[in-house]
Amino acid sequence: MEYVSPEGLRIDGRRPMEMRKLQAEIGVVAKADGSAVFEMGNTKVIAAVYGPREVQNRSQQLNDQALVRCEYSMANFSTGDRMRKPKGDRRSTEISLVIRQTMEACILTQLMPRSQIDIYVQVLQADGGTRSACINAATLALADAGIPMRDFVTSCSAGYLNSTPLLG
Amino acid sequence: MEQRLANTWRMTVNEKKFIESALVSGLRVDGRNLYDYRKLSINFGKEDGSAEVHLGQTRVMGIATSQLVQPYRDRPNEGTLSIFTEFSPMADPSFEPGRPGEFAVELGRVIDRGLRESRAVDTESLCVLAGKLVWAIRIDLHILDNGGNLVDAANVAALAALSTFRRPECSLGGENGQEVIVHPPEAREPLPLIIHHLPIAVTFAFFSDESTLVVDPTHQEEAVMAGRMTATLNTNGDICAIQKAGGEGVPQSVIMHCLRIAATKAADITVKIRDTVEAYNTERALQKIKRHSAPVALDVSGTVPNVRKNQVKSEDQREVSGSVGTQVEKLKPMNERKNSDQSNDIEGKVVTKSLEQGGTNSKDGNPRSFIGGPSS
Repeated sequence: MEYVSPEGLRIDGRRPMEMRKLQAEIGVVAKADGSAVFEMGNTKVIAAVYGPREVQNRSQQLNDQALVRCEYSMANFSTGDRMRKPKGDRRSTEISLVIRQTMEACILTQLMPRSQIDIYVQVLQADGGTRSACINAATLALADAGIPMRDFVTSCSAGYLNSTPLLG
Repeated sequence: MEQRLANTWRMTVNEKKFIESALVSGLRVDGRNLYDYRKLSINFGKEDGSAEVHLGQTRVMGIATSQLVQPYRDRPNEGTLSIFTEFSPMADPSFEPGRPGEFAVELGRVIDRGLRESRAVDTESLCVLAGKLVWAIRIDLHILDNGGNLVDAANVAALAALSTFRRPECSLGGENGQEVIVHPPEAREPLPLIIHHLPIAVTFAFFSDESTLVVDPTHQEEAVMAGRMTATLNTNGDICAIQKAGGEGVPQSVIMHCLRIAATKAADITVKIRDTVEAYNTERALQKIKRHSAPVALDVSGTVPNVRKNQVKSEDQREVSGSVGTQVEKLKPMNERKNSDQSNDIEGKVVTKSLEQGGTNSKDGNPRSFIGGPSS
């Protein structure tokens, strides 16, 4: 199957180095301190941030910095076939870990000791690149919550097919 | 660490400062150079497919097992490979028994990406009946002692286990070739897996001083480090996987530098794994030769009933083919001679064969001449 036609167009008509259409919206979850919806083409994720707030589990409290927690889950209806186990499987655990470590590196945790920042990311439509969309959505949600960060953290996925790098 | 419990080991400020300032001058606490690995040793267990790796103080055990299962729907003629990790609580006070925590899952997935997605193991050869039955290889990694850099040690353990693993041979039988017969290892020699290349994981630790990076961090260095990166690559120059999650931001040039260092380290480790696996295989082959000469004593009693059976068979054959009694008479003295010669396994087999075929005298003479057994 030819993924990049001889004219240099991919299946959806994009060039190899062209990303999909980006769309974002903040303040979508009323109860959360910060929230955002991020769309990359057909991939749509929603992120909600709660914090800084009191640490729920006292034994995990850090005296010199904020505790950052992240949970990634995919909605059952996000992929073509209904997913059996959206949370708790190994892929979700790893992606939660990766997003947490990424955001932890950019949040100024030293400014909020003994507190907790929760980032919840939920994938509503999965069409590839969910990890990147989640990181982008988390950045926006953190900014919406007014949490001090070093800089924006952005992410994009790329692939390599038949010796051609493809973006997005 | 995700669970910060009261009994988690924490490093003192003095120790941290000591390690950091030593690194600034290019010195490591255990005396290694910045880019040196600790001593790596691989030991194999009695069973095929079990390996224990010691990397300095870190110990990881890898066991490979196989099972016949139904294939995935979108890959009907490929076998599967899955990796399970077990962070034993005896390895580190912060490991909890029960479900694997975040780091256990991450370690499993990093090794999984390096092995499975790079197609190091040939999964198409694991297919038995397309769409119905394939071999599922399962690798269990048990962390026995956490001395730092679990990913690299676990990766070597997985590769060593896969390289020495033997799966039972199976053949198709039954009416329309739909039944699968799995042969026990005594009947037919089990087969090794086809491994195309060995993806080696090399872990780097970055420290807050930008230009400092070390290879193969120990447990203390891991507590001090600001970021880590694991690059999985093979000696063909392919990069199979890279994992850098969070931690200190690192410029691109440093990443490229790390990949170059990783290439040389991967070559060394590949040579080490190949040598140890070869030594194990030769020893295994030697053991098998000894195994065949052992059942000489058993066959002494075994040949007698065999002979009788064959005698009956050959007599029947004679009757069926309508041959004369003289041939039977010829056979009888052969049998008597054989009864006295119950020494060699090989001899017994050849003679019984010749009886069935109604063999000539020349065939009978041959086994005597190549008696190689010890007790003749």
